[in-house]
Amino acid sequence: MDTSRYYLPAPSWWPIVGSVALLTLASGFLLLLQRMPAGSYLMLAGAVILAVMLFGWFGAVIREGIAGRYNGQVDVSYRWGMSWFIFSEVMFFAALFGALFYARYFAVPWLGQASLLWPGYNSTWPTAGPGSLASFTPMAAWGIPAINTLILLSSGAIVTWAHWGLKKDNRLQLKIGLALTILLGVIFIALQAYEYFLADFSLKTGIYGATFYMLTGFHGAHVTLGVIMLVVILGRVIAGHFSEKRHFAFEAVSWYWHFVDVVWLLLFVFVYWL
Amino acid sequence: MTAIALDSHEHDHPSGIRRWLTTTNHKDIGTLYLCFSFAMFLFAGALAMLVRTELFEPGLQFFQPNLFNQLTTMHGLIMIFGAIMPAFVGFANWQIPLMIGAPDMAFPRLNNWSFWLLPMAALLLLGSFLVPGGAVAGGWTMYPPLYIQGGIGYDMTIFAIHIMGLSSIIGSINIITTILNLRAPGMIMMKIPMFVWTWLITAYLLVAVMPVLASAVTMLLTDRHFGTHFFNAAGGGDPVMFQHIFWFFGHPEVYIMILPAFGILSTIIPTFSRKPLFGYHSMVYATASIAILSFVVWAHHMFTVGMPAAGQLFFMYTTMLIAVPTGVKVFNWIATMWQGAISFETPMLFSVAVICLFTIGGFSGLVLAVVPVDIQLQDTYYVVAHFHYVLFSGAAMSIMAGVYYWLPKWTGHMYNETLGQWHFWLTAIAFNITFFPMHFTGLAGMPRRVPDYALQFAEFNMISSIGAFVLGASQLLFLYIVVKCIRGGMPAGEKPWDGADTLEWTLPSPVPYHTFETAPVIR
Repeated sequence: MDTSRYYLPAPSWWPIVGSVALLTLASGFLLLLQRMPAGSYLMLAGAVILAVMLFGWFGAVIREGIAGRYNGQVDVSYRWGMSWFIFSEVMFFAALFGALFYARYFAVPWLGQASLLWPGYNSTWPTAGPGSLASFTPMAAWGIPAINTLILLSSGAIVTWAHWGLKKDNRLQLKIGLALTILLGVIFIALQAYEYFLADFSLKTGIYGATFYMLTGFHGAHVTLGVIMLVVILGRVIAGHFSEKRHFAFEAVSWYWHFVDVVWLLLFVFVYWL
Repeated sequence: MTAIALDSHEHDHPSGIRRWLTTTNHKDIGTLYLCFSFAMFLFAGALAMLVRTELFEPGLQFFQPNLFNQLTTMHGLIMIFGAIMPAFVGFANWQIPLMIGAPDMAFPRLNNWSFWLLPMAALLLLGSFLVPGGAVAGGWTMYPPLYIQGGIGYDMTIFAIHIMGLSSIIGSINIITTILNLRAPGMIMMKIPMFVWTWLITAYLLVAVMPVLASAVTMLLTDRHFGTHFFNAAGGGDPVMFQHIFWFFGHPEVYIMILPAFGILSTIIPTFSRKPLFGYHSMVYATASIAILSFVVWAHHMFTVGMPAAGQLFFMYTTMLIAVPTGVKVFNWIATMWQGAISFETPMLFSVAVICLFTIGGFSGLVLAVVPVDIQLQDTYYVVAHFHYVLFSGAAMSIMAGVYYWLPKWTGHMYNETLGQWHFWLTAIAFNITFFPMHFTGLAGMPRRVPDYALQFAEFNMISSIGAFVLGASQLLFLYIVVKCIRGGMPAGEKPWDGADTLEWTLPSPVPYHTFETAPVIR
């Protein structure tokens, strides 16, 4: 295989399949929002097409990688690509955190000063807003969230331990490490779901409920995605993929895992604790 | 310059519709982007013609206010997300690999995806005209509470924004990676052409702010359908918060639409002045400064919604500060032309006009940056005049300049110079007839986004409308020139512009399907 030149893939159907999948998903969601039950079937179809696309596209990339078509320069491209993708995710969460800070430090105190509009409104955080009569118990930091912090932080350490295993070609350490990381990720998601179940407030509970569920919800979705990616990597490890030198797919997923880790730390401090 | 290919399959590509659906070639994808953006430009331009028809005389003649508001809103959204941004990505696709000596973009398949997401988004956005309640009518800025109250068309717009945002992020990551990793040996960062620098910084801005817009419209969606109170004071939220998040995206977005235009100018002006670009380094630093400053000026769009005086002062001064690097650029272009052997072919005519007209837009921007003045001028036609001077005579006319400049390289044919100059003069004159009077109507207090107006504004509006019709019709001439040039014309030769010195001019015209498979070595 000639790797002196940068690998250029042949024409591919996967991108247009992905576009059709997203259009189908969006159309289905639109119908659901209009209370039309056909929307759920359309969404299901979109999800299936998307899954086919992901399997097909990533499958092609994996086959090309195994065939040795990627030289060092392609590897560097993947590294840049993943880094900037994570940066875009950081900005997505930054906007949601921005909403939280703006609400806490500007919007809510200003509402408290508007004594003519909202007489007697006690503008202390957490709040469901002056128009809400419901009382609720905000989520305490030092219960499940603290345990979850411990779980996610240790999973971040363990995935690094697995990486050390890969670099030493200790496949057993790699497999145990990955499996443990996945297990901790699943426990995290389960505890998070249990916490949602215990909560006596919802997405509709004013600005507190909105920021709480949007931030933790999107984070939870990212952890779920991370777990799925880790499972794929574990499957590939079991299938004998990766070498001590070339295993960027593993590194990309571990970068992503560290990213959801850091977002969780910020969530723990600013959503649960302070 | 091109090497014999070792993998023959790389040179086979399907023909017909399959070629365009499955292509992984940066030139094909660049063409797709440019054609798509041209179609959107004409469609959104047609909407503007309808707007100007209604505004030709005072009174309600043709459209009910709601439909009128749909027309203005969709004109803005489609021009920004459908015409200007994809056109620049089209240039990036065609030119960046050619200018840095790369075999293609770094991620050719993702490149295809970032394009083919756009028609899907366009289906949702344009299709919203046909659904009950019609398209979005609350302005392109999508402010709540209007955007929370609208019908299904609003949801379609939100999803269209999500998909277009995904397209922009993927495209930008591809561009950044290509520039950082695929430069030819010897082409250090401080040697890459100015167009490539401006796109690197633009792509960085896109990756930074498109996710923020995605967040903002997601919050709109949950406020609309899932009972959140992000933008509802009764729940402790704040509609002004949307404006902060939106403009944190929106202001860098303004530079996303102008920095690549600066890059095109910085390529064309040296060519036709037959001199190297004056102050390359300062140009790079000025571009970076504009990008950095663009993150700390956003609230100048919101001086009238209420904010502490300290906030107003901060945003006023940072906004004025942007005039410094922008001025550096304008003076560098003038210094490039100084004592040059200038010739005025169509691309140069457009470029010189952009310097003059964009500067007018820049100055009216400085006027609007002053808080007490802005409070008078907020939401008047002065603002409409300002952003059309920077967006039409800045971005759109730079795109036209770039099209004339690179069409010979892309198609292998020269465009018709006489017709090109007709197009230029018609566009430049009609543009000024359309938009210059809006400064006066705006200063006199005419609000934007209204289908009817007081009698005192009648004359200026009629002048604007006449100018707009000529401006719109001239773009059909542009379409004709481009189609004619693609179909045939005088052979362009390797380098039709004798002052050009970037790498693409070392290649034959039209450019072969695959280029620089073996990287050229830069001294």
